[in-house]
Order: sequence, then C-alpha cells, then structure tokens
Amino acid sequence: MTTCAEREPALNAMIDGELDGLNASKLEAHVRGCATCSAYLATLADVRDLMAPDALKEHAPAPLRARIEAMMATPEPAQPRLPTDRYIPWLGGGAIGALAASAALFLAVPQFSESDMPDQLIAGHIRSLQANHLTDVLTSNRHVVKPWFNGRLDFSPPVVDLGAQGFPLVGGRLDYIEGRPVAALVYRRRLHTINLFIRPLSGAAPSLPATFRRQTYSLSRWTAGGLEYWAVSDIEKGELQTFHASFDRATAQ
Amino acid sequence: MVKGYQSRWKPRLRVVHTAQSADDTQNERQFGRRLLPHLDDAYRYARYLARDQSAAEDIVQEAFLRALKGYASCRGNEKAWLFAIVRNCCIDWSKAHRSAPSDFTDGLKETVVDSETPETQLQRDRDILSIRAAIAGMPEPFREAIVLREIDALSYREIATITDVPIGTVMSRLARARIMLATLFLSRGQKGMSA
Repeated sequence: MTTCAEREPALNAMIDGELDGLNASKLEAHVRGCATCSAYLATLADVRDLMAPDALKEHAPAPLRARIEAMMATPEPAQPRLPTDRYIPWLGGGAIGALAASAALFLAVPQFSESDMPDQLIAGHIRSLQANHLTDVLTSNRHVVKPWFNGRLDFSPPVVDLGAQGFPLVGGRLDYIEGRPVAALVYRRRLHTINLFIRPLSGAAPSLPATFRRQTYSLSRWTAGGLEYWAVSDIEKGELQTFHASFDRATAQ
Repeated sequence: MVKGYQSRWKPRLRVVHTAQSADDTQNERQFGRRLLPHLDDAYRYARYLARDQSAAEDIVQEAFLRALKGYASCRGNEKAWLFAIVRNCCIDWSKAHRSAPSDFTDGLKETVVDSETPETQLQRDRDILSIRAAIAGMPEPFREAIVLREIDALSYREIATITDVPIGTVMSRLARARIMLATLFLSRGQKGMSA
C-alpha cells in the first residue's frame, strides 16, 4: 500500500513530465480523490511558477562568449599545402558547384514551403499516429502540459482542456515543421485524434481557406496573440470548426 | 564538399601524420560549434553552483577548453557531457578557493535603487532578488538539482548522469528542494507530506 508521502517523488515526476502514461493516469486518478496530494501538487505548480521568470535565466556575458568563440577558431597548425597546378582547378569547380547547389536550395526553399505547409502538417499528424509517438507528455492536466514546453520552445503555447466540450486534452509533444520546433497539443474527439500545431506567427498568411480538406484530412488555420494555429484531424470540417471555436472561447477566458 | 576532395587526395601526396593533426583540429572545431548552443545554460549552472560571477566565467571557459581537448571521449549526449565537465571544474575551483562566496546578487542591486523604475518593476526585481538569494542559500545537493531542472530544463536522466547518482536520488532531491522553496515563499506553507 503506497502512502501519500511515498507518492511525493512521483508527483514531482508528473509535474516534470517524466512519468510514463500508465503511471501518470493512475496517479491523476488518485490525486482527484485525495486532498493532501492535490494540495501538494498545487504547491509544486506554485514553486514552478516562482522559478519561471526569464530574469532568473541570465545569458553568458558577451566577453566570455567572445573568448570561447575565439577558442573554437584559433588553433590552426600549418595546413599541408596542396600543389596548386593540378588540384586547385578541381577544388574550384567543386566549390563553385557546392555554392551553386546551396544557393539554389536557399532560393528554392521559401517558394516550396508555403504550399507545402498543409502537407507537412498532415505528415506530422500521420507520423504521430503511426510511430507510437503521439505525446511526449501524456496527461489531461493542462498545468502539467504547459510548463512541460518551458525550455523546450522559445514561446509559450496556451494549453486548455476542452473535455467539457467533447474534446479532451490527451497531452502534448514537440514536432518539427519547416525545420523549426513547434508545439503540438493532442486532443481527442470520440475515437479520432486532433493534432493542434502551434508556432509563432511569421510571414504572410497562405492563400488557403481557413478550413479545408486535403487527402481525407481536415485542416483549420487561425492566428491569435502572435501565434499561428493549425488543427489537423480526420474528423469532419464542421467538427473541426467547432473545435476551433471551443478553443478560442476557452483561451479567451 | 571541398573537404571531401582534400581528404580523398591527400594521402597520395603527403605523409598521413600531418594530415591527421589537421583533421583533429577540424574535428575539434566542429565539435566546439556543436557545444556553443549550450553556453548560456552552462554559464547559468556554473553561476548558481559557484555563486560567484567571475568564478563562473573562469569555470565555463576552463570547461570549454577541457571539452575541446577531450572531444573524442564524448559519447552520446553532448550537453550532459559538457555539464559534467563544468561540474568538475566547479569542484576544482571550490577546492582552490575555500573563502566565502561573493555576493551572488550584485548585479541586481542597481536596478532596485533606480528611482525611474515603476513600482511594479521594482517589486518584480525584489522578488527575483529574493528568489535568487533563496536558491543561493539552499544547501547542496538540492540547489544543484533544482537549478539543473528548473533553470536549465534538463531531464531526470541527464541530471542523474551529470551528478552521478541514480534517478531515484534526483527525484527525492528535487522534491526536497521544492518544498524548501515553498516553505520560504508560499503562504500556503505546506512542508511536504512526509515532514
């Protein structure tokens, strides 16, 4: 029989997102019915908030950074010299080729990315369902999910549970869209999964409708508070719009 | 791509031994560039551990130097590996300097007395100051555990690797550290269930 005092480390692990799903849900079930444990959990959340200010996370002083960067650059023993006559033409060709290739990539990527965005999101959604990597932090407690993103992202995504509206929060994870880490919140609708991707708003809005279907998936895009939201699921468009509306109402509170 | 050409052709022209040392330098630098993103985190860790700003700078510089020299011994998690070196440098430093730590909160005093600052900003600065002081006043190993977790956002496994203790120990240290802070700052004043 586990006593509540013995649950302290596990409760810490839960708030740190270090508890596996099965144990997390068992513990959550216990906390709901236990005043001692839920008070303890609230204290942990308060301490977390206490240590959250960015002012506590100072940066390395510029002179130190400069010294260390210089350290990476200095030790240069005499390089064996290549005979110029035969190899430089080759090297030149190679270098120019490489430059041309990278320039082409550099120029081409921004043009692809816009129309590619929905495809990347659908790929992210499918990957999350296939690879058994739906969530990094598996819990319906939004006070656990939100701090979990601290330090993993340079923005703070809003996290709300929409269980009462029929979209229970399952958890969150990090995903990569267009080479950048983004927050992915996972919600359920009956047996369907909704991935809500959140990232800082950048660039112009894509010329796409707010809600549309592609490859049998529904996608919905909206922006709020400097963040861009993309909801992806296999539910109907109408239901995804309901999800969007519920999310908006909950975050506005 | 250019590098590829060089290393493929060099052995025909040169004795391998010179080429090797050039490659070493190259690897060392590439490795160094991979460590650079962890500089801020490493500095914070050293700062909270040594409780002295200029010592923290020396410690981090020394740690990066050692890391570059020993890059070949890094297996897997670079950040945890670098932090373990920072930790060793801290231990060496504190052995050499047994004197009392200088005031950790030096830098913040100026902002507190600034009369131009609005009231709320003042209050915030005071809060930050007292939280810093509280962290600095915590006994080891609890201070280290809470800093690695909350300030540097490391995982339990990484903290266990760096501090060389089992994960269970990391968990109980974190629990103790949080209750220490809660006792100091929260009116709720819960002392933990086991107390």
